[in-house]
Amino acid sequence: MKSNRRNFLLLAVCAVSLSACGSGGDSSSNSSETVKPATVDGAIEKPVLKLGFIKLTDMAPLAIAKEKGFFAKEGLNVILEPQANWKVLLDGVIGGQLDGAHMLAGQPLAATIGYGTKAELIAPLSLDLNGNAITLSNKVWAQIEPDLEKGADGKPVHPISASVLKPVIASYKSQGKQFKMGMVFPVSTHNYELRYWLAAGGIEPGYYTPGDVGGTVGAQAALSVTPPPQMPATMEAGTIDGYCVGEPWNQAAVQKKIGVPVITDDEIWKKNPEKVLGLRKDFAEKYPATTAAILRAIIKAQQWLDVDGGKNRVEAVKILARPNYVGADEAVIGASMTGEFTFQAGDTRPAPDFNIFFNDYAGYPFYSDAIWYLTQMRRWGQIAEDQTDQWYLDTAKAVYRPDLYLTAAKKLEDEGIIPADSIPESDGFKGEQSGFIDGIIYDGRAPNAYLAKFPIGLKAGQKVTNSGVN
Amino acid sequence: MATVAANPTESDTAVEDMVKPRPLNDAARAEPAAPVAASAGVSNRSLVNPKLLVAWLKNLAAPIIGILAFLALWAVLAPQVDTSLGSLPGPVKVSAQGVALFDEWAAVQEQKAEFYAAQDASNAAALANGGETRNFEYSGPPTFLDQIWTSLTTVALGFFLATIFAVPLGLICGLSKTFNAAINPIVQIMKPVSPLAWLPIVTMVISATMTDPDPTLPKSFVISAIVVMLCSLWSTLINTAIGAASIDKDLLNVGKVLRLGWFAKLTRLVLPSALPYIFTGMRLSLGVGWMVLIAAEMLAQNPGLGKFVWDEFQNGSSQSLARIMFAVIVIGLIGFLLDRIMMLLQNFASRNRTV
Repeated sequence: MKSNRRNFLLLAVCAVSLSACGSGGDSSSNSSETVKPATVDGAIEKPVLKLGFIKLTDMAPLAIAKEKGFFAKEGLNVILEPQANWKVLLDGVIGGQLDGAHMLAGQPLAATIGYGTKAELIAPLSLDLNGNAITLSNKVWAQIEPDLEKGADGKPVHPISASVLKPVIASYKSQGKQFKMGMVFPVSTHNYELRYWLAAGGIEPGYYTPGDVGGTVGAQAALSVTPPPQMPATMEAGTIDGYCVGEPWNQAAVQKKIGVPVITDDEIWKKNPEKVLGLRKDFAEKYPATTAAILRAIIKAQQWLDVDGGKNRVEAVKILARPNYVGADEAVIGASMTGEFTFQAGDTRPAPDFNIFFNDYAGYPFYSDAIWYLTQMRRWGQIAEDQTDQWYLDTAKAVYRPDLYLTAAKKLEDEGIIPADSIPESDGFKGEQSGFIDGIIYDGRAPNAYLAKFPIGLKAGQKVTNSGVN
Repeated sequence: MATVAANPTESDTAVEDMVKPRPLNDAARAEPAAPVAASAGVSNRSLVNPKLLVAWLKNLAAPIIGILAFLALWAVLAPQVDTSLGSLPGPVKVSAQGVALFDEWAAVQEQKAEFYAAQDASNAAALANGGETRNFEYSGPPTFLDQIWTSLTTVALGFFLATIFAVPLGLICGLSKTFNAAINPIVQIMKPVSPLAWLPIVTMVISATMTDPDPTLPKSFVISAIVVMLCSLWSTLINTAIGAASIDKDLLNVGKVLRLGWFAKLTRLVLPSALPYIFTGMRLSLGVGWMVLIAAEMLAQNPGLGKFVWDEFQNGSSQSLARIMFAVIVIGLIGFLLDRIMMLLQNFASRNRTV
């Protein structure tokens, strides 16, 4: 009896997922069918779970879901284990030591298309929006600060364009040095945001040859992978001149007075998608009720973090400051999570949107977000060949699973826990987005047309070799 | 190692005492003083104790002064290292973090008790209502003591694997020159490889072979133990080979005369003769293994002391450096303890032997 019911449920989930996938036609079709939730019922199949995370403040939904009992209430016994770095975390999920993890949005996409270890990973939930910043060393700041446009209060006008770095890069070049910056992982949101900002300012951030993770072909500013905890020390030592990373590492630089954050990623792309919850595809297929329970618990945690304009944020900071979660000093974590962001001692500006966990449909995994990351992978050469618009759509639909998100969210709405207007009626696309620093409009339905709009970046038909872009 | 056989004309107790090995630790050092006094004919016990005490204190004086001098130097120099990334903590801050770690452990014990009490209560209520009971284990983060225990068990497994692999191989190497010549190049090439270079290879092999989604031993544990084995087996292997090769040729000839089979030859002649060397090798291997373990744990995600250090490094809080230094001291103390245990075993195995 039980196995028959389980088989039926599996079939139902597959059928619904397939029907949601099958709505896409050719590149110009309107895939405007609203995404439907998967049907799931039944007992939790795997109540003891291990989720991995990296020590960054946007793992908050996981920590809150555990500490506030949201996981326990769903019948789950969850162990949260910090991982050494993003590669170890990814291998842990793929290899089965972790049931799921706090992941960079690019990781399940890259794994599915085979960039790096090939594996079928899905992202049924987006953990947050925004949350990163770009910090420059004191030395570089001293060189650019006098020429910055200042407001009436004498403080620099934001957003600061990367074009202010052009004279610095030129002076480095005349001395035979390379301008270097750090980011956290080749397919990290930080990499793409940093490259977007540099390119918007007219600086070449380098291209990837097929199969290489260096990405410095033709670069005026060379980017390299640096683990977040080593970023302040590496910048202090002069090995890198700046970095793009999540919190608490930008505020840590401010507090130690070794660097100056110049722009938050909210100013590069307003309300950009950041981390996701990454699961193995076979995990979600094998344990649908457990997956739904995990998502329900995390959505409740996300709501708790954003409720009433952030009244719970102070308590959240206290929880995150514990050594087994983020572990940084409370003051440093609080400097970005409680509605403000400090750019320099004496220059604290309001930043209520620095971390968004629940508002503005932050949890819904939009296909257009996945497609944006895929376009940036193509823009810099990590995807070596041109792809059709249909390919982008199919890949996004294979990895991002709003159907699973809706299952969990609808149940919470039925129980009256979350308001109905927090769940979008959507076909998975956000429509035209205009919040970018360079003013280019992004429409997720036309990725190739979007790629053609960039002055800097691979154009259709171009390939990268060690000698340059052809 | 042990002293040579004594002059048989002396009294029996004296002979025994001179043949007894002379260990380096202080408590045992005090022992010879008593028999010396006894054989000198002085049986008054009250005279023995002060001499004992004085000798004991003299032996302790130098190390204690050394430790105090080091602590003083540390306390003076540490605050002077004041970089923008923070200052080096002195001994006071580090010991404060040690106390904090103990407090955290105590708090977790309380939370565990509360968790199980709450689970029992809800189970009782569920049983009364005919619902299902849950049997979860406490899922909080591991405490410092848990991490020490994990590290010790991992190094034990790695060391055990290294020994059962290296000792037989070493014996064969020592007894057969051709075999030794055959595997010597491979041994010499693999010996200097760092644990962090083995780690990705071992990880891939283990991930491919351990496909059970719910294994009895966690993958990270097995990976760390195997990396320890790969890096620490060389000392035991080489020392065993030397021990087996340097067996007295006369003994081998006796074995040929008596027409001993290979098993008897092994257990009666080779092993007893090579035992001191084997234990020396094992002692060196354990020291290397403990060092390698801490490095391997940082990346293999085995929840031991290495992971504690790496996680604290990632925390980057103002207490992180002090906690890391406390962990370093604990790692050193445990390594010292393990070395002493191995040394006692080594001395036990080498009694009544010549060097």
